[in-house]
Amino acid sequence: MTAIGKVSLRDSLLQRGRSKERSRLLVFNHTVLLLLTAFAVIPLLVLAFNSVKTNLEIGQNPLGPPQNIVADNFPNAWDKGNFATTMGNSVMYVVATIAAELVLGGLAAYALARKKPPGSDVLMLYFLVASTIPIWMYIVPLFVQINALKRIGVDARILLVIVYVAGNAPLTIFLLRSYMIDLPSELEDAARVDGANEFQVLTRIVLPLTKPGFLTVGLVVGLGVWNEFVLALTFIHDPNQFPVTTSFYKFVDRFDRDWALTSAGAIIIIFPVMVLFLALQRQFIEGLAEGGLKT
Amino acid sequence: MAVLTQQKPTTVIEKFNNETWRRKFLRNVIIPWIFIAPLLLIHIFVVAIPAAQGVYMSLTDWKGVGRDVNFIGLENYRELFFEDDTFGKSLVNNVQWMAFFLTVPFILALFCAAMLAQVKRGGMVYRSILFIPYVLASVVTVTIWKNLLNPRQGVGAALADLGIEGFNVAYLGRSESALMSIAFIDNWHFWGFLMILFLAAMQAIPPVLYDAAKIDGANRWQEFRHVTLPGIRPIVLFMYMMVAIWSFLAFDYIWLSTQGGPAGASEVVATQLYKNAFLRYEAGYGAAQGVVISIFAGFIIMIFVTLKRRGWDI
Repeated sequence: MTAIGKVSLRDSLLQRGRSKERSRLLVFNHTVLLLLTAFAVIPLLVLAFNSVKTNLEIGQNPLGPPQNIVADNFPNAWDKGNFATTMGNSVMYVVATIAAELVLGGLAAYALARKKPPGSDVLMLYFLVASTIPIWMYIVPLFVQINALKRIGVDARILLVIVYVAGNAPLTIFLLRSYMIDLPSELEDAARVDGANEFQVLTRIVLPLTKPGFLTVGLVVGLGVWNEFVLALTFIHDPNQFPVTTSFYKFVDRFDRDWALTSAGAIIIIFPVMVLFLALQRQFIEGLAEGGLKT
Repeated sequence: MAVLTQQKPTTVIEKFNNETWRRKFLRNVIIPWIFIAPLLLIHIFVVAIPAAQGVYMSLTDWKGVGRDVNFIGLENYRELFFEDDTFGKSLVNNVQWMAFFLTVPFILALFCAAMLAQVKRGGMVYRSILFIPYVLASVVTVTIWKNLLNPRQGVGAALADLGIEGFNVAYLGRSESALMSIAFIDNWHFWGFLMILFLAAMQAIPPVLYDAAKIDGANRWQEFRHVTLPGIRPIVLFMYMMVAIWSFLAFDYIWLSTQGGPAGASEVVATQLYKNAFLRYEAGYGAAQGVVISIFAGFIIMIFVTLKRRGWDI
């Protein structure tokens, strides 16, 4: 009784002291945060402004809001940057990588989390060590292998997707396994008693319960592939197979002085990501915080 | 209750006992490994085997084309460390890059997260906006900042118009400022991510600890120093390790901004490797640089593992 009384007295004292102090201090907090927010947003605003100006206006007014809004830059950039093809390619790379990653990663993580066959510990150690191998250690031999496969007629796009799937494999396994390992085993046992095989246990019982894990992996992997640059630069040489990143790189090189055009192109690339980000803010931020710790 | 918990396992066990040994083996060993095999094989063929080949390749003088391969032992490494001045310069640039990224984004992220952790209303909005640069592609980020840092039309020119001279310089075009300007661009994209990690760790600290600190008469700095910092120490140290490793792998932002120029001023090991392996037909030499980068990364991991073994709370 006395203890409770003490706590509540202490609480109310703190509360009073705090609220007075807080209201004063938070002005400082908000000032700092607004400045940092401006630092994050203003470069993007300038980009958006420039994407609807003419080059003439950019010359006179490179940073401010546009005097007249010109929409022509977008169709121009879309055509000259070959976006119809490269956006399609990027969507294909993203979708194929996510699909393969979730199916193969889901199977592997399920086996490692729920079945733990002999050798699982060694395998986890393998993925832990392998996840620290920098891409620069294997990119040169991989380039040689991929060229050899391309020469015998294998589609470079499939090879790039395989490389993406492999690169994201350790992260996928760690994340999905951590989601699956906490599930109570009673549900699976019940399904087995009812005659379900391993595949059915995975798809009917484990999968629905670990959806957030799959969503997280899908977002992290998808964003990574959409923005990926080095591997696409190294392995894809046919302009018709370029993803938006390497294609935009060449585009900016070609239309170096045409800021209106390149700004519009940049907006086209980030538009799908921004829409998805604004729709799924929490999942994005928490997913990347969780999964972004990958090497 | 006790009856229930006993019943469930027994039915399963009975079922298992009725199966032949072969079916159990199939279910508990063969099928799990069939589930694991595809991803494991892909990973072995894309990462493990090429990594081993990379080590071998670094001991040869292979050009990357043709069949002319000679084993030359550690010759490539000798050349890297004792003859190639540009490699030494690249390593120094990597170390400068690391010095930048182990200070600027960490200070910025810690400070901002500490500010944001106290904000209740609007906290989510700040969090989302500050995170936006992190989801942008490197090609886009570099394009934005190349324009903003342009001496004739960028921020410097705008300041000059307002009468504030001295900022309208070609930041990326001058050897004394190129590397740090690229680091600035990369950091604009990166620091928000670090901030989110620190913020999440700060919000996981029990509020009771802050109340206790208040009762002991701690001011805000003491609160931060004695409650917040120890609370987020594991993630800060872990990210210190990761950022140190990433500093040796840096490529995208540098390649996109300057390709290592002007005159090698922003060259790092990875951009040099890329040129050697893919533009100059020096595959063996490039592979050796890849091995050196990996050894540095491994060395950083070893430092942290050793510290952890010695009882550091990492």
